Amino acid sequence: MAGSTLASPSVEAVPPARAPASPGRETWRRFRRHRLALVSVAVLAVLVAGVLVGGLVWPVAIDDIDFAAQLQGPSWDHPFGTDDLGQDLLARMIYGGRISLAVGFAAMAVACVIGVVVGALAGMSRRLLDPVLMWLTDLFLSLPQLPLLLLIIYLFRDSLKAVFGTQGGVFLMIVAVIGGLRWMPVARLVRAQFLTLREKVFVEAARSQGASPFHLVRRHILPNALGPVIVAASIEVSAAIIAESTLSFLGLGFPPDIPTWGRLLFDAKDHLDVAPHWALFPGGAIFLTVLSINFIGDGLRDALDPRRVL
Amino acid sequence: MGAYILRRLLIAVPSLLGISLILFVVLAMAPGDPFGELASNPNVPPSVRAALRVKFGLDDPIFTRYLRWLWAMLHGDWGFSFASRVNVDALILQRLPTTLFVVGSSQVLALLVAVPVGLYAARRPYSLADQVANTLAFVGFSLPTFFTGLLFILLFSIKLGWLPFVYQADLPGSGLAWVWANVRQAIMPVAVLGFFQAASYTRYVRASALDVARLDYVTTARAKGLTEGTVTRRHIARNALIPVVTLVALQIPAVFGGAIVTEQIFRIPGIGSLLIDAMLANDTPVVMAVTFVFAGLVILFNLVADLLYGWLDPRIALR
Amino acid sequence: MDERDLRGLIGQVKSGHLSRRGFVQRMVALGLTAPLAGLMLAGNGVAMASDLRAGYRPTKAGGGGALKLLWWQAPTLLNPHFAIGTKDQEACRIFYEPLAAWDADGNLAPVLAAEIPSKENGGLAADGRSVVWRIKPGVTWHDGKPLTADDLVFTWEYARDPATAAVTTGSYKDCKVEKVDDLTVRVLFDKPTPYWSDAFVGNVGTVIPKHIFAPYAGAKSREAPQNLAPVGTGPYRFLEFRPGDIVRAERNPAYHLPNRPAFDTLEMKGGGDAVSAARAVLQTGEYDYAWNLLVEDEVLKRLETGGKGRVDVVYGGKLEFLLLNTTDPNVEVDGEKSSLKTKHPAFSDPKICQALNLLIDRKSIEDYIYGRTGRATANSVNGPERFVSKNTRFAFDPAKANALLDEAGWKKGADGIRAKDGKRLKLLFQTSINAPRQKTQAIIKQAAAKAGIEVELKSITGSVFFSSDPANPDTFPHFYADMEMYAFSMSQADPATWMLQYVSREAATKDNKWQGRNVARWRNPDYDALYTAAQTELDPVKRAALMIKANDLVVSENILPLIHRAEVSGVSAGLVAPRSGWDNDLSFLPEWSRDA
Repeated sequence: MAGSTLASPSVEAVPPARAPASPGRETWRRFRRHRLALVSVAVLAVLVAGVLVGGLVWPVAIDDIDFAAQLQGPSWDHPFGTDDLGQDLLARMIYGGRISLAVGFAAMAVACVIGVVVGALAGMSRRLLDPVLMWLTDLFLSLPQLPLLLLIIYLFRDSLKAVFGTQGGVFLMIVAVIGGLRWMPVARLVRAQFLTLREKVFVEAARSQGASPFHLVRRHILPNALGPVIVAASIEVSAAIIAESTLSFLGLGFPPDIPTWGRLLFDAKDHLDVAPHWALFPGGAIFLTVLSINFIGDGLRDALDPRRVL
Repeated sequence: MGAYILRRLLIAVPSLLGISLILFVVLAMAPGDPFGELASNPNVPPSVRAALRVKFGLDDPIFTRYLRWLWAMLHGDWGFSFASRVNVDALILQRLPTTLFVVGSSQVLALLVAVPVGLYAARRPYSLADQVANTLAFVGFSLPTFFTGLLFILLFSIKLGWLPFVYQADLPGSGLAWVWANVRQAIMPVAVLGFFQAASYTRYVRASALDVARLDYVTTARAKGLTEGTVTRRHIARNALIPVVTLVALQIPAVFGGAIVTEQIFRIPGIGSLLIDAMLANDTPVVMAVTFVFAGLVILFNLVADLLYGWLDPRIALR
Repeated sequence: MDERDLRGLIGQVKSGHLSRRGFVQRMVALGLTAPLAGLMLAGNGVAMASDLRAGYRPTKAGGGGALKLLWWQAPTLLNPHFAIGTKDQEACRIFYEPLAAWDADGNLAPVLAAEIPSKENGGLAADGRSVVWRIKPGVTWHDGKPLTADDLVFTWEYARDPATAAVTTGSYKDCKVEKVDDLTVRVLFDKPTPYWSDAFVGNVGTVIPKHIFAPYAGAKSREAPQNLAPVGTGPYRFLEFRPGDIVRAERNPAYHLPNRPAFDTLEMKGGGDAVSAARAVLQTGEYDYAWNLLVEDEVLKRLETGGKGRVDVVYGGKLEFLLLNTTDPNVEVDGEKSSLKTKHPAFSDPKICQALNLLIDRKSIEDYIYGRTGRATANSVNGPERFVSKNTRFAFDPAKANALLDEAGWKKGADGIRAKDGKRLKLLFQTSINAPRQKTQAIIKQAAAKAGIEVELKSITGSVFFSSDPANPDTFPHFYADMEMYAFSMSQADPATWMLQYVSREAATKDNKWQGRNVARWRNPDYDALYTAAQTELDPVKRAALMIKANDLVVSENILPLIHRAEVSGVSAGLVAPRSGWDNDLSFLPEWSRDA
């Protein structure tokens, strides 16, 4: 890694000799070199495939109550064990995974996109926009979440339900709420990165060559500000999965009989001493998701970095 | 510089006013009422609830209530709690020391762990030490604090019997024994919060150190023949700290606001538990006061962060 | 057993050799009902001295060390007349006392009263319009001043004044209290009142000192410093209070009962959650007593194996029940859903209500969710014994339920869901968020699905569900759903106020801002007549019969009782903590002690 700079002149010298690879293929070539990122893609693919088609392989009802099989550990009948109503945890993990992963990714995307846009605009603006956007960020940071959530349920639940149906409406609302209430740290981080990067020599150089602000941001500043964003993205996924379960306690999430990973983890906590398997599986699944997203993010950044050669 | 600070502080006044208005409207419109618990007591006639609402002015228009609140606030009157009928400032002051102690020490702990670990991990990315630090960090933020808190209690209080899990704000006694008792009961909550916070800090420090490490001026510093340690300390750390400063500035208001979940688990009588109790009881004056102070701190530390950026990277121009 | 033997037994009770409960148990074994046995004792001049006082062993006051109580909801104020929740009432009972408390059998036990008023001792007027209470002589407030009739008259004036905004005002506004002499007061009613033991009894009846609170009656009530630093007559004196956190107290050396209280100091720590409170008593022994353990019995049993303490269960009047809406929640009339002008498409047919009743597996709910902490019941009134109906039954019988549904014309469609006139049998079932409730919902949903009823579950956070905000449609009195489930407490050992919630004129509607107590909007003229008759019936036996008849009528249609829930506490090994399900946990606090 440290010695990789040496290879740089030779590669830059070579291009005329062979057909220039398209940027996409070039990125993919670099990404492949990143072994952890590749493994992570595989892990994430297995998780996603598991929750999508797992129901076909393991067609057990998620709400079959069986008092004779309360709190059993993993067995052939119940590979992931059962909960305190004797419901099959594997089936519940599969079903819940769809919601948790979808909510986790969508909410992360919402939070990061809003955060990056607001942060970039504030960071580039030298006038009025910066204080206004920072005021907005401060406002969102200070809003007390619990009363706000109750207010949102009260104001919007029924109309969303009417437009998008029960499941769709709830999903949209959860994603909007989690994403909409968690973009502020991303915005502040991006703005801080922009403040320092926009004064750097290489940006000055590009600017003096007449690059438009948009070009400056896209090619020069943003790629160098992505580090914290990727970290934030992976943290957001786990935070969103957990937050979803808190929301269902407020009656804002999915109905109480629908299992999600965060909810399974919460329900398991009072039985941790006798039924650790109940917590282990959802906890492990969240951990694996976060881990793989982070490594994929690292891999992508390294692959996208124009100055880095592997 | 002085002019800049003065101008920012002047802007802060209308910002805070605007935020307070929005906070007040959100709280006033949020569903629920402070006398809900009376509704499930068949001995209390509904007319009593209605009379209480009128007496506490809950049925007046929102804007009237806001102006009344603002006017009282300008006179230094923070209102009184519906639940305990005590002045709000007295309630907050009673809770503040505990929260500052517990949440403050956890933040310090998190920084003491995260900055060196993150920088070390970034010096040798993908080395064994880096992988271990990464994995621990991922475990740290994929497990919510309600879960780690419970794990700690099961292990250290119930299995081993080493630490108490009910926090007492005003332990009797004095001298070294008293100090030790206070430290002992704070170990678990501080560790739970600190571990969670350190996990994300570590990742941020590592990521931004890596970002900075490949910028040209670091290469230049290396080319000048400076040792790796000097480069890290003098050139990388300073710039890599910008995201950390941002995050810490985001977290300091939280030191005042308390940690709701952790305070609940360990029964710490701090601002966080005051806030959640007040929210669940719809005790609006308390929620309003705490969030208003919180908003003030958010604005203040945003300004402080901006000033620190200028100090960390003198090329950032503050206008 | 002949009359002589009986007299002998009654004599033993009088001399204290046989407990009151022991006597009642023997009589019940002979085929007598418990209330009758109680009446026998009362008729023979045995005051209703409670059993709860019999187990006290210490021979001197103090010396018991510290008593550490853990409340997972923290008290926020210490004026009993402002107590919003049970948590506040409990904290107040450390310091303040009523004239009488309700014992475990739902009888009155004197506290500050010299004796319980009765016809025999001239306390109760024959016309049911007045009661004379005599105060125990020699009781002093914590500051040394004597307790007199003036304090009682003041308490009444204080609580009834709307400007005070006391939550106990309902118990005082319809009566008049006058001083007879320094230690006697008379409570007057404007009509014959069989339920005379409301004012000055139990959690609403705590007496406050006139010399302290007189300057703060009415609009200035909030300013009294003693709202946070109580001066009462109770077994422990005030030391320190941090709202929402902790209450500290020390032994009252001048307490009016001999050799009591046993502990030197008392601490009530608040906050946290019920499970960890149970842990602190049952597993680690850090605390002596944990209040209101709303935890599944399975979990409690596991924690109990630690051997540091036990779970203590007493029954009062708490009922978990299911309401079937009589009105239609899906049709809006004049800006109001579930309007009285509509009829529920399914539940207007009693057969559907019966079918639903047969689909509730109460036995499993009891066995697997509530365990020792609740009993399946078919009654609305589950105590005291004299008011409990023996005529009702419950059963889990899906076959019969299916037959009833078929009979009513709801036929199963292709998707397995029943329909009638093109309308599918789909029901919205709401409740507050609380683990046992969500599990009960799941059990009912599953049984209903098997009978061709689709149930959609909805859970609402408690702070919204149990609020009285007229603008919010998610509160339980709005009942904008087909079914809802929650628990209510009959907080005094008399169904007088409890039965009001089924009276037609109490229906919760937009007109009364959903403040009416009849949430199911069940209207039945026969019931209204029974209730009105019971309000003025002075003969206790006839009155109990009316109440039982009313109960049977209530549970036959839209109101489905599920579980009679217990008051559950964690008690450390060695702590003797007698309590009554009909009053606060701490209503017999002076009797608490530690086994030597």
